[in-house]
Amino acid sequence: MNEEEKVKRVEQRIQLLERLLQAKSPIDEVFRVIAGDKEDPEIAFDAIIEYFQRKVNWKEKILLPINDHLFIVCKDGKPIVKAACGYEFGDFRVNWKVFCKIRVRRNTEDYLEIYPWWQHAHPYFMELREYYCPGCYKLLATEAVPIGHPVVFEFLPDIVTFYEKWLKRPFPCGKVEFKDLTNEYIKNSIKI
Amino acid sequence: MGIGYGGKTLRELLEYSEKIYQETGHYWGLKSLPLYEKDPLTWERLIYRLRAIVVLARELALHIAASPIARYIGETCTVLYTPEGDAIVHSTGILVHVHTMSEGIKWMIRMNYEENPGIKDGDHFVGNDPVLGNVHTTDVHTLTPIFYKDMLIGWVGTVIHQVDIGGNSPGHDIITATQRFEDGFYAEEELVYRDGKMFPHYYERSRRSVRTPLFYDLDDKSRIAANEIVKREVLRIVEEIGVDNYMELIREAIEKSRRDFISRVKERLIPGRYRSVTWNALNVIKEAWQPFAREDYLHAAPLEITVNEDGTLFVDLKGNSPSGWHFSNGGISPLMGGFWVTMTQLLGYSELINEGFVRAVKFNVPPKSWVGDTNPIYSRSVPWWLLIPQMSGLHKMVAYGAFARGYVEEGSAGNTGTWDAPQGGGFTDGTTGDPPNIYFPIATFELSSQGLGANAVRDGLDWGHAMWNPEADMGDVEEWERNQRGFIYLARRIKKNIAGYGKFRGGASFEHIAVFYGSKDSILYNNSSSRVFIEHGLNGGYPPLAGQYSLMAYETNITELFKEKKPYPLGDDPNEPEMEKYISGLIERLDYSSIYPREFKSNDIVHFKQCGGPGWGDPLDRPLDKCEDDLNMGIYSPEIMEKVFGIIAKYDEEKGRWIVDEEASKKKREELRKIRMQKSIDFAQFYKEERSILLEGKLVRPVAKYYMEQKEVSPDWFKEFLDFWRLPEDFSIPIQGKREYIRVMSEWHSLYLESYKKYLESKGYDLSKIRYLKYEDVGILR
Repeated sequence: MNEEEKVKRVEQRIQLLERLLQAKSPIDEVFRVIAGDKEDPEIAFDAIIEYFQRKVNWKEKILLPINDHLFIVCKDGKPIVKAACGYEFGDFRVNWKVFCKIRVRRNTEDYLEIYPWWQHAHPYFMELREYYCPGCYKLLATEAVPIGHPVVFEFLPDIVTFYEKWLKRPFPCGKVEFKDLTNEYIKNSIKI
Repeated sequence: MGIGYGGKTLRELLEYSEKIYQETGHYWGLKSLPLYEKDPLTWERLIYRLRAIVVLARELALHIAASPIARYIGETCTVLYTPEGDAIVHSTGILVHVHTMSEGIKWMIRMNYEENPGIKDGDHFVGNDPVLGNVHTTDVHTLTPIFYKDMLIGWVGTVIHQVDIGGNSPGHDIITATQRFEDGFYAEEELVYRDGKMFPHYYERSRRSVRTPLFYDLDDKSRIAANEIVKREVLRIVEEIGVDNYMELIREAIEKSRRDFISRVKERLIPGRYRSVTWNALNVIKEAWQPFAREDYLHAAPLEITVNEDGTLFVDLKGNSPSGWHFSNGGISPLMGGFWVTMTQLLGYSELINEGFVRAVKFNVPPKSWVGDTNPIYSRSVPWWLLIPQMSGLHKMVAYGAFARGYVEEGSAGNTGTWDAPQGGGFTDGTTGDPPNIYFPIATFELSSQGLGANAVRDGLDWGHAMWNPEADMGDVEEWERNQRGFIYLARRIKKNIAGYGKFRGGASFEHIAVFYGSKDSILYNNSSSRVFIEHGLNGGYPPLAGQYSLMAYETNITELFKEKKPYPLGDDPNEPEMEKYISGLIERLDYSSIYPREFKSNDIVHFKQCGGPGWGDPLDRPLDKCEDDLNMGIYSPEIMEKVFGIIAKYDEEKGRWIVDEEASKKKREELRKIRMQKSIDFAQFYKEERSILLEGKLVRPVAKYYMEQKEVSPDWFKEFLDFWRLPEDFSIPIQGKREYIRVMSEWHSLYLESYKKYLESKGYDLSKIRYLKYEDVGILR
């Protein structure tokens, strides 16, 4: 594939991503994308990075999207999590949930605020945590766990290995060790 | 001299295969694929001929014999194996068994079946023990050796899910069992057929051990038919290409599959760590038949997967609940089967899938967990109870990884629970024209059509997914009614408010109302998640609203309603219940699934329902046109639409549909955002609050037990728990006594029921004709 062809396909993919992620694709297109031949991995990756880079109002380079609102970006030579609205969460190796605003539903009244009678968890068995973006109050995650369960760190990418070993590209930010830093962060930031 | 290829014994071949894989990292040490590289087209043609054989055999066998559950719903699968028991190609159907039968063959080889009882051409072996190679006892398989000129060159296995397997209560998922002795019929890879004849002891024992002997008989014949067809057709290929080429071909097929899996992982995922937490709760403290089994459980089934640099996976089950006196104990075989069928649908759907997939995955299973404990005394009738929620973690892993790679259409927020499953049986009383005293089973199969989780680009599939069968099909209601003679359906419709909320909502599902009529001595129990959300959604999506509750009505006026041609309940939206609106009698509304049977008489009514899928993304971002569709399809009630999605809509009588008010909805969404700001707290405050609850030990018995059990089952998980909350090493949570716990739960149920009655009365309901069963009377009185 020559460079011109590659650029064209990335652009086409970006337009497709816009339709898919904004729920503008007709269902038959969604089906074709799911069931059809998959796009070349390099084009698919370049397209999603470029798609989100064009969407946001800030300049930091997106290294990896976590979802449609949170991205691992390179900020001052360090990979951090940053939201589409501009809010900065911190080192990506610290669970981004600990930077969120949190609402916990652990009584009947709070459950009935959003669930029908009989169709919610028992408040003695389980709480429902809602994690909001402190920048724009978008709901970023829910967590259904018993009271006292540690916050779940769902996705911790080994981003340097991904770039260097799988994509075979230089890591475009300061290299960091693959490690979960959440507990360390909590220990240093919250006095008990 | 062994019966295997090259004069080796099967055990020698199996040991060599494992050793050479350990040494080289390649199946049978195949660093290259000579046949494939020389002529890939012929190679592909031969492999797909083998695949066509197993597909054809399954389809043909279903029409030779088979119970309705196999014939109409496809609860069956046929697989071709190597002499050592590694899967090569499989048919469609319940793919979870591709790997479980493999385990069964390997167990036979390790037990030296070659010497005793011997393995001969024409033999058939029957098995269903989950510890040896199965998921649960109701799935019965037949394993058949394939011989070419006195040399064993492979195996074929066919499995069929039974309507009933005996056990201490009727049905296909015996959730009342606590010990092996209550699980029903067991066969330990038993030699049942030799020299053209079935052994009479097996024939009699198997048929007498189940409640539906005719169905068992049909399915036994169907499995033998499928395996014989495969044997004949495989031997034609062997004759054509030569046995040496055949052996080379099947080994290359497995090594190629291993390589394909790793390539697919490197294409779709990101190296790193993925974690998911899933749950179930079992509430039998008041009702279990065995005294030692009277307990309420919070069951945990977390999954941690590390995608390694080389594309292999490491799956860690730390933090999983222990084994115990209940039906949901499992084993390595069910775990691997569940892993296999899920990955097949998520990562390997377009290529050759076989044992090679499994070779690229390593597991860490705590030996005291529900998966790792091999103690045969425990019941293993439904490992699905935890296996199904657990495998949602694979959907989430692919959703995270593939999204980051740009394949936003892949993965999902989860596969949800395949319940609720009403089961039971009864006898006809002769009033409906059927002869009296005929036994009828109740084993409805709507549970095979649930709502799938949503993902970044689509809503979850509605009423069309089962974790264990990619061909999810609930079958025709008429077909079931022919069998369930005294259990008559009154309605099946979309269950409102069951789909997990989100920008993309989870798949929706159905609900059903059935009445016992023309029946006597009937029992029924239902199996559903209780008191918990089994999983959460992704990226702001909410958990599915599973069927956390039970609803039954006894001694009703349904016959009078029919006679007077008055409306009767067609479903249950608890916020506007039809049961309380139309029915008089005794209503049992519980906040958990019944698990243990209730007695039903004519005119008693049962409500049951399937689960929705988890949602994806913030519900306030759901496009207004999709919200309007949801209202018009009856996926959500206007009340939930307003409270959760911020949608204000009006019903247009003239057009006969709901119309969303765009301006009012935008305002409502802003209001809901403001409520988020007002009611949320900083992480530090949250951290301190949760920590203090733990330190004060204010947890109900099942939750406290869950944490404290991990100290022994998964010390590494428990250490992480202590580290996260900065708790002392000797930290412990007091566990409530059973009597105190029951008192607390009774009090809660009683208060909840009273509030519910007030809520209904405020909406104009006349509850004077209704009595509610109280929690303290459950299991004692009606």
